[in-house]
Amino acid sequence: MRRFFLIATPYAWLLLLFLAPFAIVVKISLSDYDLAIPPYTPQFSWDEGTGAYIRQLDFENFLFLTEDDLYWKAYLSSFKIATISTLLTLLVGYPLAYGMARASAEWRTTLMMLVILPFWTSFLIRVYAWKGILSNEGYLNQLLLWTGIVDTPLTILNTNTAVYIGIVYTYLPFMVLPIYSALERLDTSLIEAAEDLGCSRLTAFWLVTIPLSRTGIIAGCFLVFIPALGEFVIPSLLGGSDTLMIGKVLWEEFFSNRDWPVASAVAVILLLLLVVPIVLFQRNQQKQQEAEQ
Amino acid sequence: MNKISWFNVVSLTLGFAFLYIPMIILIIFSFNESKLVTVWAGFSTKWYGELLQNEAFLDAAWVTLKVAVFSSTIATVLGTMAAYVMVRSGRFWGRTLFSGMIYAPLVMPEVITGLSLLLLFIGIGLDRGVLTIVLAHTTFSMCYVSVVVSSRLVTFDRSLEEAALDLGCSSAQAFRLVTLPIIAPAVISGWLLAFTLSLDDLVIASFTTGPSATTLPIKIYSAMRLGVSPEINALSTIMIAIVTVGVIGASLLAKQQMLRKRREEQQAVRS
Repeated sequence: MRRFFLIATPYAWLLLLFLAPFAIVVKISLSDYDLAIPPYTPQFSWDEGTGAYIRQLDFENFLFLTEDDLYWKAYLSSFKIATISTLLTLLVGYPLAYGMARASAEWRTTLMMLVILPFWTSFLIRVYAWKGILSNEGYLNQLLLWTGIVDTPLTILNTNTAVYIGIVYTYLPFMVLPIYSALERLDTSLIEAAEDLGCSRLTAFWLVTIPLSRTGIIAGCFLVFIPALGEFVIPSLLGGSDTLMIGKVLWEEFFSNRDWPVASAVAVILLLLLVVPIVLFQRNQQKQQEAEQ
Repeated sequence: MNKISWFNVVSLTLGFAFLYIPMIILIIFSFNESKLVTVWAGFSTKWYGELLQNEAFLDAAWVTLKVAVFSSTIATVLGTMAAYVMVRSGRFWGRTLFSGMIYAPLVMPEVITGLSLLLLFIGIGLDRGVLTIVLAHTTFSMCYVSVVVSSRLVTFDRSLEEAALDLGCSSAQAFRLVTLPIIAPAVISGWLLAFTLSLDDLVIASFTTGPSATTLPIKIYSAMRLGVSPEINALSTIMIAIVTVGVIGASLLAKQQMLRKRREEQQAVRS
């Protein structure tokens, strides 16, 4: 009895507030837009019966998504932005994780805390901090003009560059931590052995360190890529009107156009796109766990 | 390697400069006299004063705090239960679905979680406000709690529990007297994580709230869209300060506890 209660409570909660809402999204994505409250048709009614109701559902919204340029461009550009910023995060994060893993033991806990600390501070604030830096009169342009590197201020805010910077900045801890934990476990005698056997430092790094930290790199990349793909806050605060990201499109479709069926269809496709990286990520984690055992 | 190469020093310096300079600039300019945030015009704390008189922000902060306390507490209870089920209950009907529902919210884009919950609340005719945000936050943060707690439960030595049962504890007593104190640090960090996630959330709260409840992130976001303002800088500084004190305090406490435990163990060995 107690066991049943223990299982049933969180189970029921998740069924009701996670799975059921999802089924509703799928259902509405198959409905049609209507000027009514709530703004879609058909509404289910017991009089007409289930059969008649199901016959009214169709894939029209999904067809609409393929016909209108905006949507597939938004998916493509989200994919592009997420990929580029994941690679940039790797470029910034790897040296940082490497430096942390090579620091002395008493320093490591402090460095670790310094990486985690920004993660606890508000996401919004961290994105907002860049608004002041990147704007035309911002601190970066002031510095560049003052040092004479540029004559006219650079336009960075409200472009995709600002979005890249924002994603790299906010997701950096997600990249650093898995790479750091892979590098920390790495047996340094292997690198010494490679050097003894005639490898230069760089080749030893390339042939030994990188492959041995691969699971960390893969985990970090997915941890950045997956949330970046559906990101809303960063493109809406740092990006421009031409920054197309699917999270933003969904938001606007819902709040500005009030087109629930299309917004739901956008959500369903986004989720289908995310299944691939999520499955790959899970497999990587499993492999790592097996390797540890 | 004992000596640290110049490469490591440079990469650490640059990396941490990148992480911290934006926030340091933000903090410095919250003490700026001028309304123009990008021009320094002398030291002043007037924006903090104005912030404390801004009723809209104070109301929003109060709503946010209420939501965070309720949702993280319920999420901790449910998440701990879920973790216990995942680690201890063995096979039961629909286990795969259960574990899927625990892990899926961790990778689900916030816009989708928000949208789907909003459609549910409208579907069942629930008035949107504090209650709906609490339900929404509880749902996604209980999954984080359960991940944190189950990682502790996996390494837990079950023989301690069995010993308690052998010595005459009921299973509820064994849980309360043995299991709970041992997993307590994980439960507390789960609660803290859920609390921070709730304080921080903009997207899900925007979808699931109604006109009666505006949370601080929603308020901050609408102010941020208009541009950079010294009042938001001041508010951000206060929030950064609270988090910094909290995180450093918690880690010092954990360190002290570890030292005490080690000392006690040494004493036990000696005697």
